[in-house]
Amino acid sequence: MRRFAALYEELDTTNSTRAKVEAMARYFSSAPAADAAWAVYVLMGRRVKRSVGQSLLHAWLVEEAALPLWLVQETYGSVGDLAETIALLIAPKTAGRSEESLTEWFEARILPLRDLTPPEKRACVVAWWHRLSYRECFLVNKLLTGALRVGVSRSLVTRALAQALHLERGEVERSLIGEWQPSESFWQALSRNEAASLASHPYPFFLASPLAGPPEELGAREAWLAEWKWDGIRGQVVRRAAACTIWSRGEEVVTERFPEIVAAAAALPDGTVLDGEVVAWRDNRVLPFAHLQQRIGRLKLSPKILKEVPAGFIAYDLLERDSIDLRGIALADRRAALVALLAGSSTVLSLSPEIVAASWQDLAELRATARTLGVEGLMLKRWDSIYGVGRQRGAWWKWKIDPFVFDGVLLYAAPGNGRRSNLYTDYTFGVWDGKALVPVAKAYSGLDNQEIAELDRWIRAHTLEKFGIVRSVEPVHVFELAYEGIAKSKRHKSGIALRFPRMVRWRRDKPAGEADRLEDLQRVLETVVAGSEAAPSG
Amino acid sequence: MITHAHADHLKPGSRSYLVSEPGRQIATERLPEGPVPRAIVYGEPLKLGDVTVSLHPAGHLLGSSQVRIETADSVWVATGDYKRASDPSCLPFELVACDVLVSEATFALPAYQWPETAEVIEEILTWWQDNAAQGVASVLFAYALGKAQRVLAELAPLTDQTIYLHGAVSRMTDIYRAAGVRLAATAAVPDEPAAYFKKALIIAPPSAAGSPWLRRFGDASHGMCSGWMRIRGDRRRRGVDRGFVLSDHADWPGLLATVRECGAKRVLLTHGHGEAFARYLRELGLDASAMSAPYGAEA
Repeated sequence: MRRFAALYEELDTTNSTRAKVEAMARYFSSAPAADAAWAVYVLMGRRVKRSVGQSLLHAWLVEEAALPLWLVQETYGSVGDLAETIALLIAPKTAGRSEESLTEWFEARILPLRDLTPPEKRACVVAWWHRLSYRECFLVNKLLTGALRVGVSRSLVTRALAQALHLERGEVERSLIGEWQPSESFWQALSRNEAASLASHPYPFFLASPLAGPPEELGAREAWLAEWKWDGIRGQVVRRAAACTIWSRGEEVVTERFPEIVAAAAALPDGTVLDGEVVAWRDNRVLPFAHLQQRIGRLKLSPKILKEVPAGFIAYDLLERDSIDLRGIALADRRAALVALLAGSSTVLSLSPEIVAASWQDLAELRATARTLGVEGLMLKRWDSIYGVGRQRGAWWKWKIDPFVFDGVLLYAAPGNGRRSNLYTDYTFGVWDGKALVPVAKAYSGLDNQEIAELDRWIRAHTLEKFGIVRSVEPVHVFELAYEGIAKSKRHKSGIALRFPRMVRWRRDKPAGEADRLEDLQRVLETVVAGSEAAPSG
Repeated sequence: MITHAHADHLKPGSRSYLVSEPGRQIATERLPEGPVPRAIVYGEPLKLGDVTVSLHPAGHLLGSSQVRIETADSVWVATGDYKRASDPSCLPFELVACDVLVSEATFALPAYQWPETAEVIEEILTWWQDNAAQGVASVLFAYALGKAQRVLAELAPLTDQTIYLHGAVSRMTDIYRAAGVRLAATAAVPDEPAAYFKKALIIAPPSAAGSPWLRRFGDASHGMCSGWMRIRGDRRRRGVDRGFVLSDHADWPGLLATVRECGAKRVLLTHGHGEAFARYLRELGLDASAMSAPYGAEA
């Protein structure tokens, strides 16, 4: 743990990307194999199944800190991180160092907690808190609760690995996608570039960048394939060794959630990998994303939901055919092979159609109709591009439609986490329902640091009531919020759920009375529902 | 009556000012439009109308004071900003018995517990040496008045290298030196290319963070000395590489100890987490409440 704690310290005390990559590469070159594998696992943001929940840790903290509950809550609200709050309130000032390795911490301490009774868990964890130094206590809590969040992205980790192991980044990415268990043997396979040998192994996704400027800047229209940007979940269908595996873009196996896609994929030849979109699919039409969410959220699929929300896969790329990796050949050739492969396949497994439009102008006009068609916009892919790794700008663009907007009134605020701890940055906004304001959206992003600081001061000075760490404030400030989608919801008091709401601007010019009304949002909902009936077929 | 010359405690516009003798020079400097503040020595009683007032060291910075006010039937003490930790650049906090304590509560949450000063100074020194070994300048952000000189006084016995100062820090440092405080050798930042500062430690006010002025040092590591650095999120938000937990305010145990030891039956709290601290003290059986004082924004 000492070595890993030192690495964490190095990563946490520099803002230089180069220094972070160097520090990780040094660690990977010198740490024992199993430790290195575990370090990759946690640095990439993967987490072991939680053996102790946040609420239990919170309860034990209150007992161990010998402070009133409200004061622990107030402190937690101010620190913004439970692992850190525990370390600040409990870890002794003078403490010995932990002699256990990172692997021992996981395999002999943290993972076995799962099999213990709650009192046994408590005894173990609390003993660690009192034994470890501030830094190690903080780290162990972080490992216990999941995310490490030390300001390194997945791509920085793969850069450091490529450097330490003398491999290409693409090779490292290929090994690290999908499911793997950190261990000495995994590290050895990774070092020899042999980790991607599982039959179900997917390829790293190639990602599009948002198109900011006019499409004319991309050059000749003929050089680009245009497709709809489907409103579903990006996924890969891996058909190998007489089995089918469906991977989500989040690198989760979601095979069991979509039996109809598995059934359709059985018709594909062995040694095939498709890239595409899992969508809710009925009567040859794509349904709004909210429908698909019902499928994702459910562990057990009832016959009813299978009937109401059938799923389909719209394929837009062919990554492997006859067990040969096609990622290095041009999109035009991959697409031709994909078209041939899917000719005559079932409608559950369909081809993402090419949008025919002679000029950028024609395409822009089609894009303007995207909302009524229930898609998110357009995808533009260079015909001569290879299938890359991650987000490499230039070959794939997403040309999304402009979001919906509404004006909401700030109702509640809670402190943020991480670098926003100690600041009220998690806001709840409402719209008018008659003479009352009803909450409709939570948003965290969109303000600059100055606005955040100003709003934070205002919130503290204009609090009406405190509920734990949440404050209700005087309903006076109006913000313009953007969102991507709207759906009916039984869980929300307002009866609607907004997708990805965020702040666009602070409407200082608008009094609260002029904010939107719930009817305004309901009208948008009706339009969207009506629109989805007219969705394009795949 | 001025407890100390930080901008949120000393404002222009009054007809006359009273400060402690060691704080006179600093207050005069910070009131360029006059009037010249009047100074009294620590502990000297002064009759003002029906009350007797005196100033007592607060340990916040050079010349910082607590104000003791004695009326016919009670003694009040206003701490101003204060700390209980030792500081070679000023007199230590003096515990003054009172009936009513008006205390600051800037860091009044149990998360704020300061490490030993010697440990933090050691961290700063190691950081500087590591940077120097890699040929990277070390820029340390510290309040121009108080914190910067405390660091220089702590470093004095540990280094004989010259430490470079931002202009805003220089003036106050001269005043400290003239007052007889032993400080590490300093010089104004010379007009030299970045390579000149490869092994240097530069002290600058926090307002210099992110400014073009920093470009002259080329590749540099940025550190900040402040009690706020106790919280990781605060450090990351300020975008500095290193945070050093060095505060001129009392921490949670320090605040509690002061309330207990001064014997006050009633406690009024200003700044920071006053409400939380008041509630905690009430639960301990004291008459405590937060009060809003007309202070400006903190520096």
